[in-house]
Amino acid sequence: MTDRIADPWGPRTPYGRGEPWPVRVDRFLADGVRAEDVDRWVQTASTLHSNGDALELAVRDGRLVGVRGRAGDRVNHGRVDPKDLYGWQAFGSPDRLRRPLVREGGRLVETDWDEAMERIVARSREELEQPGGWGRIGFYTSGQMFLEDYYTLAVIGKAGIGTPHMDGNTRLCTATAAAALKASFGADGQPGSYRDVDHCDAIACWGHNVAETQTVLWMRMLDRRRGPDPPRLLAVDPRPTSVAKEADVHLPVRSGTNVALVNALARELIAKGWYDEDYVAAHTIGFERLRDVVEPYTLARAAEICGVPARDLGAAAELLGTGERLLSTVLQGFYQSNQATAASCGVNNLHLLRGMLGRPGAGLYQMNGQPSAQNTRETGADGDLPGLRNWDNPDHIRQLAEVWNVEPAVIPHWAPPSHAMEIFRHAEQGSIRFLWITATNPAASLPELGRIRRILARDDLFVVVQDLFRTETTEYADVVLPGATWGEKQGTFTSVDRTVHLSEKAVDPPGDARADLDILLDYARRMDFRDRDGAPLIWWHDPESAFEAWKRCSAGRPCDYTGITYERLRGATGIQWPCSAEAPDGTERLYTDGRFSTDPDVTETYGHDLKTGAAFTAEEHAAKHPDGRAFLLAVDYRPSPEVPSDEFPLLLTTGRTVYHFHTRTRTARAPQLQAAAPEVWVELAPGDAADLAVEEGDVVRVESPRGAIEGPARITGIRPGAVFVPFHYGSWDVDGDGAPRAANELTITAWDPVSKQPVFKVAAVRVTRVAAATGPAPAPTTGASAPLPEARVAPTTGAAAAEASSERVEG
Amino acid sequence: MQLAHYLGLLHRAEEELASAYREIARAHADDADVFHVCAMLAEECDAHAERLGPFAARYGEEEPDEPERLHSELFGGARGGPLGLLRDLHDLYLMATECDIAWTLVEQAAQGARDEDLCGVVAGCEEETANQLRWLRTRMKQAAPQVLVVAG
Repeated sequence: MTDRIADPWGPRTPYGRGEPWPVRVDRFLADGVRAEDVDRWVQTASTLHSNGDALELAVRDGRLVGVRGRAGDRVNHGRVDPKDLYGWQAFGSPDRLRRPLVREGGRLVETDWDEAMERIVARSREELEQPGGWGRIGFYTSGQMFLEDYYTLAVIGKAGIGTPHMDGNTRLCTATAAAALKASFGADGQPGSYRDVDHCDAIACWGHNVAETQTVLWMRMLDRRRGPDPPRLLAVDPRPTSVAKEADVHLPVRSGTNVALVNALARELIAKGWYDEDYVAAHTIGFERLRDVVEPYTLARAAEICGVPARDLGAAAELLGTGERLLSTVLQGFYQSNQATAASCGVNNLHLLRGMLGRPGAGLYQMNGQPSAQNTRETGADGDLPGLRNWDNPDHIRQLAEVWNVEPAVIPHWAPPSHAMEIFRHAEQGSIRFLWITATNPAASLPELGRIRRILARDDLFVVVQDLFRTETTEYADVVLPGATWGEKQGTFTSVDRTVHLSEKAVDPPGDARADLDILLDYARRMDFRDRDGAPLIWWHDPESAFEAWKRCSAGRPCDYTGITYERLRGATGIQWPCSAEAPDGTERLYTDGRFSTDPDVTETYGHDLKTGAAFTAEEHAAKHPDGRAFLLAVDYRPSPEVPSDEFPLLLTTGRTVYHFHTRTRTARAPQLQAAAPEVWVELAPGDAADLAVEEGDVVRVESPRGAIEGPARITGIRPGAVFVPFHYGSWDVDGDGAPRAANELTITAWDPVSKQPVFKVAAVRVTRVAAATGPAPAPTTGASAPLPEARVAPTTGAAAAEASSERVEG
Repeated sequence: MQLAHYLGLLHRAEEELASAYREIARAHADDADVFHVCAMLAEECDAHAERLGPFAARYGEEEPDEPERLHSELFGGARGGPLGLLRDLHDLYLMATECDIAWTLVEQAAQGARDEDLCGVVAGCEEETANQLRWLRTRMKQAAPQVLVVAG
């Protein structure tokens, strides 16, 4: 048995290059439950991160009692992330929402579904009757519902109401992944496969603390590192993450300087001749321009901008430039930072220069942060159109109009769909008057929370919130709808490497709580949305029929699902899209022939200027004659919208711990996870702490021009000048008038010009000491928040309550 | 040779555009993208004006008196609110258009004058100006339906 709080990654199963990753089945059962007590195991996949690990839920007497990994699945080979091992316990929490709530006399009171839905419908109709009624209605959704939920929501919004105001919290998490994939390769969709870990000889983690955000992927990487012929490892991260400690080369770059880094690395690959001239000539556009843009970024200049030694940059270039099979993974250190899309395209550039795509081991993950973020994007429940279609391409709009049997004019396509920050801006200015928030918590997760709270509190804004629990956001709602969650409803979702999994219903939701799909179908029925022949617009009635409807919409597009059925998904492993008559078993890697989705009739975008976000026209795109080639895209480095000053001399970065997900609505209700990381903390470098006379555990105040928080200090090997605060801790589970602790009290309102992803990783702050320590900071000792070796801090453990089994299964 | 006048016109147009970007960035700071992008484009216009400086001086030595009515006034100050933002971006578009066509004409003249240095400056600045127009168009297209049809 392993305490997976103390050891989040479990025992190693080393393997060599090209060998299959050994199977290790992880299992956790509630106290006192033995394997033989389990009535049935119900298949699903992980919903507390984006890795898409295939799981089975243990059910006994109609209740969840545990979880185990699915041995045969291609993604995880039986392994389970610690959040998934313990997180399911939250769903039985006594404070689950059981009945709809409506606001009466300023208070939320319980009601029935009819009353709650009728209030929503009445307000919807009232707004729709006004001139430009479509523009008064907005939707803000999630990366944590199922494909069927999102597709239904997308059709309601885009063909029923006809509003462009629909986005997901995926805007905060992986909008840049999508934007970078579209910009370089023409369409969203990860080129790589998780099996590239098995074949690669070098791995580069770009702003990606994979050890804490995708633990199972990290287990796979670690198993390769412990086996024969291990891959070399590069980590770009200002924090001393487990990845950084394991890495052969660690670049703790100054936050906000990623573009200078990738430009210098591209320059070095070109200067050293470490690029594939034939691949570049045959499969890319823009080499000369790239070469000109990166020319000034010598290693010395980048060293100065990024604040890392030039020799380490040279070592990184050598690692990237000399292997045969390079695997890269990119996440929030790039996506939520300055020049996000440009920096992420910079990683794409390195792979294009080296021809490192579409072969075993030569892979690229522009990572997701949430379990079903990929589906939010594919189905168009965010600022995209369904089926990875291009809002600026009239043929794509006609295709959607045919699938839905509506007039093309109904579908909002006169400009890109609104992004989250724009939706909130319209609400702030009073033109959006109805906002339906599903499965997300913007009152804790959006930047500059003071402003978000003022917007949600506006009298003229009708707010609907659909969630599992009361949250910071439900407190601003006019109607609260109790949702059913994972394990309580059926549906599919898709991992980073395009693996589609089916999640079956294992138990009933509590009280009157309903599946998200059922809520949306009820709304569509009550609103009586019709197609152009007078038939119901939403003709499906359950998850499987919704999936079949989505398949029609995906047909012929890069994310083709037509070859997948629920029945096939009940097999041993998930299936990767595209899966169609031409590729009946799915598709492991995209772009194996070096042909990209950039042709005008295929592409999801005509492209943008990376500096300003200016959109290119169809004519401008066609004039480049993409002919299936990928775009090499580069811009000059520009400093962040906020840089340190005398008044605010430090740089704040925000992020996660392995034990929590988002605003902890689920993980805080799992005792093992909550105990491992119970409270906010503030990471400081030793020199900065000494300057401020701060010792381990002292309470510090962190202030930006926008707000302030307090928390105990953890002194770590973080880059000097950097301050880290985890973003998980809001106010829903604290009493009274204590000091604020949400990282987003501090963050700035600014976003990337192309992906519109907010900049969470760069805010200027000052830190002051407030009170003496009463003990060490409550930060985990396991990952990037590990204390310095000389500090006396008890290790984070879960003890007996966290003991899980890990069984090696011979294949 | 009248080229100096056109260089002067363009120099002043870039300076005026830079100052209009700055004023509009400040006036619409709550529209965070407008604030950040306009501030960045103001710097771009500053750089254009700076790069034109030496050429204006060089051709200025051969300059006859400036003809009347060469300069136009396109910007009368920033406005407030969503409709004000749309109108302000519209003004910026017209001002950037003036720069854009002036760059084209200066390029023609630079070719006639066989001035390769000036041709080089024009090529870089003209592309950036075209991109400013592209951004303004993108941003206005995004804003217009909500402002003109939805907002009360």
